[in-house]
Amino acid sequence: MDFAVDAETEAFRTEVRAFLAEHLPAEVEERLYVTGESHDDDFARALGERGWIAPEWGPEERPLDPTHAHVLEAELAKAEAPFYAVSTGAMVGRVVAASGSEDLRAEILPGIASGEVTIALGMTEPEAGSDVAAVQTRARPVDGGWVIDGQKMFTTNGHAADHVFLLVRTDPDSRRHRGLTTFLVPLDRPGVEVQAVRTISGERTNITYYADVFVEDRWRISEVGDGWRSLMLALQDEHSAPFSPHLARLLEAAEEWAAAPGVDGTVPLDRPDVRRRLARAATELEVAQLLEARTTWMEASGEVPLAEGPMSKLFSTEAIVRNAEDLTALVGPDALRSRTDPTAVVGGRIEHALRFSLGTTIYAGTSEVQRNIIAQHRCGLPRA
Amino acid sequence: MDLGLSDEQHQLVDSFTNLLAKASTPEHVRAAEPGGVDQALWRTLRETGAVTMGVAEAHGGWGATLVDLALVAERLGRAVAPAPVIEAQVAARLLAAIASPAALDALGPVLAGERLVTLAVRPPQGGMAALTPAGAVCDAVIVLDGDRLLLVPVSDRTRRPVANLAAAPLADIDLSPSAIEGAAATELAAGVEAVDRFEAALDEWLTLTAAALVGIGSAALDLGCAYAAERTAFGAPIGTFQGVSHPLADDATHLDGARLLAQKAAWSLDRDDARGRELAAMAFAFASRTAEAATYDAIHVHGGYGFMLEYDVQLHHRRARGWARVWGDAEAADARAADARYAGARHTTTGAR
Repeated sequence: MDFAVDAETEAFRTEVRAFLAEHLPAEVEERLYVTGESHDDDFARALGERGWIAPEWGPEERPLDPTHAHVLEAELAKAEAPFYAVSTGAMVGRVVAASGSEDLRAEILPGIASGEVTIALGMTEPEAGSDVAAVQTRARPVDGGWVIDGQKMFTTNGHAADHVFLLVRTDPDSRRHRGLTTFLVPLDRPGVEVQAVRTISGERTNITYYADVFVEDRWRISEVGDGWRSLMLALQDEHSAPFSPHLARLLEAAEEWAAAPGVDGTVPLDRPDVRRRLARAATELEVAQLLEARTTWMEASGEVPLAEGPMSKLFSTEAIVRNAEDLTALVGPDALRSRTDPTAVVGGRIEHALRFSLGTTIYAGTSEVQRNIIAQHRCGLPRA
Repeated sequence: MDLGLSDEQHQLVDSFTNLLAKASTPEHVRAAEPGGVDQALWRTLRETGAVTMGVAEAHGGWGATLVDLALVAERLGRAVAPAPVIEAQVAARLLAAIASPAALDALGPVLAGERLVTLAVRPPQGGMAALTPAGAVCDAVIVLDGDRLLLVPVSDRTRRPVANLAAAPLADIDLSPSAIEGAAATELAAGVEAVDRFEAALDEWLTLTAAALVGIGSAALDLGCAYAAERTAFGAPIGTFQGVSHPLADDATHLDGARLLAQKAAWSLDRDDARGRELAAMAFAFASRTAEAATYDAIHVHGGYGFMLEYDVQLHHRRARGWARVWGDAEAADARAADARYAGARHTTTGAR
């Protein structure tokens, strides 16, 4: 048993941090915060140039093993780097690589790997939520292709991306997981409408509408009716991005606040309750990091973290919510000052964490979905 | 990073699992109440080397790491074993670490299985080492008396066994010279060294107890899950109800985290890592909260049956609290973790609040 990170991995972490210092200047960070964007073209291309976007389907041998991929994602998340469109693109790339036609692979994969092609996810819908198989958006065959009608919810980057990845119903009589097909749809097609959705954390996402949108058959990814199965197959090794870096950022902000004298001259860290509550947050960070490290270690050892991946996602995100709540309460009234206000405590990072935390237990599988998986695969409980 | 066990560690875990499956069944655990020690089990454990293994080879032990001991502690917790293994291990390691002639004199009979030396995990107050773990069955206790670390003989005249929630072998031990009379206390260390030695031993006790709490919680979770999978109500196994399954999923998650953290703390102390003390306190705090929640949920899932003494899960519920709180609660450990983390610390705590 060895909890140490090896020197080579640490060297890679240093390399990623140097990359971030070069490609994520403070003004870019500020602009991203104000606009709520989660993508930056230059940053994405710089990632692509390093070979840090392409997973195993890339032009070269997979450059990043699970340990390095985890370090990269953790550092990007910690720095709040704009890589969401990059990560959704890489995910769709995996699906295309697994079940797309040769032409589609040749057309789309190199651009994803270089950071030049961006793809938004059009999976869930207003009436679907976590129950993604409740898809109602339809594609009907027409001469030379398909016509798509429906709407998709939370298509983050849908206003900026080149394509949207759509899960649609191609068999109108089908139910649930059957009769679904996946497509890649250029977002500049007539009939596509993107409407901004503003969120409590300031991030911008979208609802996208599709009215008689025509796409040629070459944009179809899966076999007709095989969309769900091929999606699950392609993503079975895909685990959610690490969330513990967000908790680390929150704790660092709170510790910075606690170490500085307040207006009355006293140092919060001298108060026993402050010390205990910070230590408790630090303990939960330690656990979140360990659960994430275990998932990565299992992947690197060729094991499938069936319950362990959900455990990591569940714990980390619930810990962010719990500690954002507790640490804003600890800071007191001053924690109310917003990140955009010049008087904000530690740059408003604690206030922002409280807003940001709320989404984390919902997207990428709600806590309830994660608990269902854990109950089934770890606790041996029957499915409902 | 390697989170797997070595072949030797797998064998170690297997051998204790097998031993405890025979000698520490729920029937044994019940029969050992309220005194808290099954003498046959304790003898078997000592003969297996449960105490000796933890001492350095240079001092006659087997040189097991704290990680090894944490693996054993988890098995002891799972079986809620009525034997004072952790206290005996920590006290023996403390004597070996001091390695003065007096300490080694005391260590000899411990390794020979002739004497049981325990550790008062909280410094005594008013000449009394209250609720000393293994105090009801020990021959001597190591106490931090101000800035002196003393080895004090214990007899039935100086101790009062205390009936307690966990049916653990606890006793209030009178340390006053008049009580000890002729049997003089031995000074093992003084000044800064005494405090440092005590705190280092406490780090080990907190870490091993954290591992034991993970075992207690895991066994309770298994009982709760097995019951929830089989018991039906309203026409379905109750495990299909999310109100039942979701707390169990949370407990499973927290127990995995608590196990990793206890093992990391042990690994860290083995390496004299700068974060060892902080991680040990964190491990105790997290394992303590987790074991409390897991054993509560496991009882609750059983419905009224969980409240019956006949069901095993209550054995775990009481020990999840009792084994930990002889030192202090999770918040006391939070404070200790903070003192280590924010060192330079104007606030230092020794023992519980």
